[in-house]
Amino acid sequence: MQQVGMQSKISVKGLNFYYGNFHALKNVCFNVPAGAVTAFIGPSGCGKSTLLRTFNRMYELYPKLRAEGEILLDGQNILAQDVDLNLLRARVGMVFQKPTPFPMSIYDNVTFGVKLYEKLSRSQLDERVEWALKKAALWDEVKDKLKQSGYSLSGGQQQRLCIARAIAQRPDVLLLDEPTSALDPISTAHIEELIHELKSEYTIVIVTHNMQQAARVSDYTAYMYLGELIEFDLTDTIFTKPSKTQTEDYITGRFG
Amino acid sequence: MSSTSNRKFLQRQRIYDSFFQNITKFFAFLVLATLLGIIISLIIGAMPSIKQFGFNFLINDSWDPVKKDFGAWSPILGTLITSFIALFIGVPVSFGIALFLTELSPLWMRRPLGIAVELLAGIPSIIYGMWGLFVFAPFFSDYLQPHIIEHIGSIPLIGLLFTGAPMGIGMFTAGLILSIMVIPYISSVMRDVFELVPTMYKESAYGLGATTWEVVRYVVLPYTKTGVVGGIMLGLGRALGETMAVTFVIGNAHDIKASLFMPGTSIASALANEFTEADGVLYTSALIELGLILFGITFVVLTLSKILLLQLRKAEGSQS
Amino acid sequence: MKNDLYRKRRLINFINLSMSLMAMLFGLFWLAWILYTLLKYGLGGISLGLFTQTTPPPGSEGGLANALYGSAVMSLLGAAIGTPVGILAGVYLAEFGSKGWLAPATRFVNDILLSAPSIVIGLFVYEMIVIRMGHFSGFAGAIGLSLLVIPVVVRTTENMLRLVPNSLREAAFALGAPRWKVIMFVTIRSAKAGVLTGILLAFARITGETAPLLFTALNNQFWSNLNSPMANLPVVIFQFAMSPYEDWHKLAWAGALLIAVGVLGLNVVARMITVKRESA
Repeated sequence: MQQVGMQSKISVKGLNFYYGNFHALKNVCFNVPAGAVTAFIGPSGCGKSTLLRTFNRMYELYPKLRAEGEILLDGQNILAQDVDLNLLRARVGMVFQKPTPFPMSIYDNVTFGVKLYEKLSRSQLDERVEWALKKAALWDEVKDKLKQSGYSLSGGQQQRLCIARAIAQRPDVLLLDEPTSALDPISTAHIEELIHELKSEYTIVIVTHNMQQAARVSDYTAYMYLGELIEFDLTDTIFTKPSKTQTEDYITGRFG
Repeated sequence: MSSTSNRKFLQRQRIYDSFFQNITKFFAFLVLATLLGIIISLIIGAMPSIKQFGFNFLINDSWDPVKKDFGAWSPILGTLITSFIALFIGVPVSFGIALFLTELSPLWMRRPLGIAVELLAGIPSIIYGMWGLFVFAPFFSDYLQPHIIEHIGSIPLIGLLFTGAPMGIGMFTAGLILSIMVIPYISSVMRDVFELVPTMYKESAYGLGATTWEVVRYVVLPYTKTGVVGGIMLGLGRALGETMAVTFVIGNAHDIKASLFMPGTSIASALANEFTEADGVLYTSALIELGLILFGITFVVLTLSKILLLQLRKAEGSQS
Repeated sequence: MKNDLYRKRRLINFINLSMSLMAMLFGLFWLAWILYTLLKYGLGGISLGLFTQTTPPPGSEGGLANALYGSAVMSLLGAAIGTPVGILAGVYLAEFGSKGWLAPATRFVNDILLSAPSIVIGLFVYEMIVIRMGHFSGFAGAIGLSLLVIPVVVRTTENMLRLVPNSLREAAFALGAPRWKVIMFVTIRSAKAGVLTGILLAFARITGETAPLLFTALNNQFWSNLNSPMANLPVVIFQFAMSPYEDWHKLAWAGALLIAVGVLGLNVVARMITVKRESA
């Protein structure tokens, strides 16, 4: 696998994933560069979401799912038995296909994850909420209604709230699982802009079914097909001169 | 087909259609009329007693068939207290069972455990009663009650509830058995609504590093509060009207005692015990008035729960 | 990293999840105890005579044949009366109930009836039928039971019909089928399994019901027809269990075992229908 000249945040080594007997990820190896946006693309069912969900071991919630191999986060193997899942997930934030505000106020949504791990005073919490909402480019829209339910926001705002909730915890890595698939074009543009803003401070991994989006927001792109990592490179390279014909066929729309 | 016969065919179908609709409408109306019929017939049956005792019937605590002095206070109190005990024990246990079945149990155990809990709901109430009277009450009075009376009975105030002779039967036993009977109802509603919580919401909370308990406490419960309240009300409705199990073990005494270990009575058990043996118009009529009150209580509980659910749903609707 | 707070949270998590396990065991404990009791006392009383002899006076030999017969007759009749009424009313709620006051009112009333204490239903039938006829009767018992069947069937019928996708109805209407044919031959048919489950569950419920029979069918020591007081398993069990006689107790336990096996068996059958439908 071609090494790209950057420091890596996550190293995936010989990763295999199984849904019962189904072999969903086949010997995946690559490095996620730090402080950049990495996109996973590929036709549906290719394993891109599965790969993403191994980074915070979300699959552990379900029986019969297992991963083999190594995933090093800052050099520590997060697939090891003794890794504490809750602490891992606090380090790795995640945003889902659809907005998932919790049934509580905007303020409580943002502080939910913070309060799990930090004992902060009221004013510190207020600061953190403002900081996170500003980061998520939502502050100006909600600063006067922090006590209102998270449901009172529009879909795009809800998704930015979920991003604020994730970064309020100050994670190292942000996982975005098709974060704009349920949003309208304007909200999508907002979120993409946001991803751009955030990448200097976080390592971001985004799964998307939208190739234009991958080209717009990411620095690196991984193309996956049938559980295999076909190609991983700089996004520019992947979209202009991919080294594999398979990738080229998908990019140019001849397949998939 | 010629156009005239076609028209005839269509006309006939239209008649069938309206006939069919009116038949179904009639039966829907019949359901409505049944409830009205129940209320009216109970009021008519209770008239002699209502005329004789008036409002006083509700708060009079004497029940004397010889002197023909009847009051509903003692059975009303018994009904409410036993139902309260049932919910007091049943709600937390049901919540625990629903939590276990949705979040903790290994997959292969979920189905058998779910069926086991539903079996509790399937057991006819008369069997609960027999088991309570012949098996549980003797065991309770021999092994548990003396200790409870000795240790908890000496605590001021709360202790008052647990004093007296260890008889096995009484209000507490009735409430306990009711709690076992309402557990399957409440827990299956809770389990069903817990399962309705979209996976993504739970994953979002897990994604922030929340523990299973925190996910349930802060995401699942708030998300499902409507259904949970509905399930509890369903259990309450069942506990209020349960007849046979209570009749066996409550002791059937029209007395009001502070201790839960003393025999008492409930509306349903008073009816089951006394109705066929009641002599005289006034006695029968007083019992029917008891039935009317019981119906009134369950009616109010169910209506309240419906209004509550409606409002919760409305509140959620305005949020989204 | 932020260890104190996290350790406390993990402890709370552990305690609460342990309590959840305890709750599960608490529930299973009672189930096991009750079933064990039933088998222990009931099995001894099971014999051929139970099914051939009538209920005895205290101190002599007998069985439960007349009570079994009475229970079967009244439950079947109750279900036979209640089912069509319930299905038709349910059809109205699901198919015609979109406008007007009748449907919401009926739905509300049906929910009340569903949770109404069964002893009150018994009182109602006593007032309406027993007093009019001048005596207790198996017929009154069956009517009482049918009033318990109706709300269950109304509810399941409506719910099941609502689950039928509208595209199916539209497809039938698109062929020019009149409404009654669409409902009778398409909608109800595709909701059949669910409705049948509801009926069976309702039937299971009334076979074990005692309270509404206490002042309607009463009891009878002999074989009887629907026009006179009729023996039935639940009331016989009640009277025998409350009596001071040992041999009556024995019969009551045997009857309790029979009733439990019957009711639980019906529940299992009803559930098997649902499972089959889900996997199909």
